[in-house]
Amino acid sequence: MTHLIAQILVDGFVISAIYALGAAGFTIIFGVSGVLNLAHGAHLVIAATVAWLALTQWGWGLVGSSLAGIVAALISSYLLFGGVIRPIERSRRIPPEEKEIFTLTATLLVGIIAQGLLSYFFGSNPITTSPLVNGVTEIIGVRVPTNELIIGAVAWVVLALLWLFVHQTRLGKALLAASMSPRGLALIGVELNQVHFIVWGLYGLLTGLSGVLLASFLGASADDIPGLTALAFTIVVLGGLGNILGSLGAAYIIGILGTATAYLVSSSITELPALFLLIAILLVRPQGLFGRQ
Amino acid sequence: MKRYLLSIRFWLVLLVIVVLGLLPFELSYYFLGVLTTAYLFSGYAMSWDLLFGYSGEVNFGPTFLIGLGAYGSALLDVYAGLPMWLCVILGALIAVAGGLLLVAPALRLRGPYFGLITLVAALILEKLIVIFASVTGGEIGLGVPDILSLSTWVNYYDAYVFMLASGLIMVLVSRSSIGLILEASGQDPIATQALGLNIIKYKLVAFVLSAFISGMAGSLTVFYLGTASVGTVIAVSVTLQIIIATVLGGRRSIIGPALGAIFLIVAAELLRPIGQLNEVVVAVLALLVLLFYPDGFIGLFKGRGRGL
Repeated sequence: MTHLIAQILVDGFVISAIYALGAAGFTIIFGVSGVLNLAHGAHLVIAATVAWLALTQWGWGLVGSSLAGIVAALISSYLLFGGVIRPIERSRRIPPEEKEIFTLTATLLVGIIAQGLLSYFFGSNPITTSPLVNGVTEIIGVRVPTNELIIGAVAWVVLALLWLFVHQTRLGKALLAASMSPRGLALIGVELNQVHFIVWGLYGLLTGLSGVLLASFLGASADDIPGLTALAFTIVVLGGLGNILGSLGAAYIIGILGTATAYLVSSSITELPALFLLIAILLVRPQGLFGRQ
Repeated sequence: MKRYLLSIRFWLVLLVIVVLGLLPFELSYYFLGVLTTAYLFSGYAMSWDLLFGYSGEVNFGPTFLIGLGAYGSALLDVYAGLPMWLCVILGALIAVAGGLLLVAPALRLRGPYFGLITLVAALILEKLIVIFASVTGGEIGLGVPDILSLSTWVNYYDAYVFMLASGLIMVLVSRSSIGLILEASGQDPIATQALGLNIIKYKLVAFVLSAFISGMAGSLTVFYLGTASVGTVIAVSVTLQIIIATVLGGRRSIIGPALGAIFLIVAAELLRPIGQLNEVVVAVLALLVLLFYPDGFIGLFKGRGRGL
């Protein structure tokens, strides 16, 4: 029994770290530019697929292929921003109060298009890149692949850097300010367009890295796109939209709950308890567990 | 009345209705079957538009209501052996109960939060059906003993009448003061309440009506196909199709989404030769319409006056 609990904690710890990293970009982009990107899963899978292509087909090596995956997500992020988000924000034919709904629907469509194209060219079998590191490490009596631990550590380091960036640098503070009051930020002379440009770049980098790690740990396929989007959406809403630390907490609740369900009950209902929890929490606290009203 | 007679849209819609009514004299049985599916599907799209277009609720789980109606009536038919039409009505009422379940969060949650709750409701329903496969047939589907009709013509006209009747009811509701108040509460709930209007009452009407028609469409689909399956009434892909149909046809018009639904089903049939990519083509088309013609097909005929 203790062994089982240790197993759940260690596994859950790593999975949750990846969930948190994957959702970080989603929550930042919502916080700063107010966009709920329902094509989120597509960016993750695009990064994973390009990293896999570079590694197995083009022979770029580990670092090169990881960078290729991240750059691919960066490009797709800017394409979405320039090709869909911007035109909707600037459109005169869409009434202002409906822009949010239009962005939701448009990003949803982009997700479907990406899913269709990826599954046409690469099939629906999950692609998996080789582990970053081989071997097994023993922690509190549980044998874990070293790769898994490294990925967990990378996710934590990046999240810590992100926190430092947002709270300690001038640019990061500008992003934070934009999430609180865009108008206030514009009033003190900060160009909002620049802030949006930077935040979409940051989104691409974070999502790209998560996608690359995903490919090396769980694998990814076009069919995962809606599920990955829904997972990020769930984590971010549970943690309070736009709240980075909140989504870290929420990622851990969902990750550990899911892992525990998979080990103790059945892996076929992994998501179910988290879904019920989500409904319960939203009904009691619509702003999420750690959200501000 | 005179306003309607002068509007181009009114005459176009009337023309389309008459042409669709005469189609069985021209088309093959195969194509009539495709249109029958399309008419039932238009019930999903129109009732989604009532919530989305008018009261501004982003319902990402219309299949929660459709699925409740579909599986509710299928289970009653299989296990209680009730007559088919009774099952259809009861299925619609079960969906209404589901709709009432959604009103509570809809009154508390706005925009994306409500969207997520509805998405989750549909996902949970799908999982439950798969888990209790011994009763519900799970992923394989649940065959029903009763069937709408063996005649292609009767099926066609059943679906045709269903589409026209539910469309007419929703058009009337949306053009009445109920529709206006819903639109107002969707845009600014606080201002609407400040005018002394009881938003709760109107949202209740919208949800109950939308759920009744979704549930009925779902259960008719089951009795038309002879089987209830997750892929045709609950899966997320069905939700996506509903959203695409509404956007293509033109939101907030009831008639637009119905046209969008017919277009979508027929286009998928015509694009079948290109295989897997047909979904991509349709999604790209919907995205372009959304970006460049946000009012959809129906917006092209706006012409003078608001008319129909």
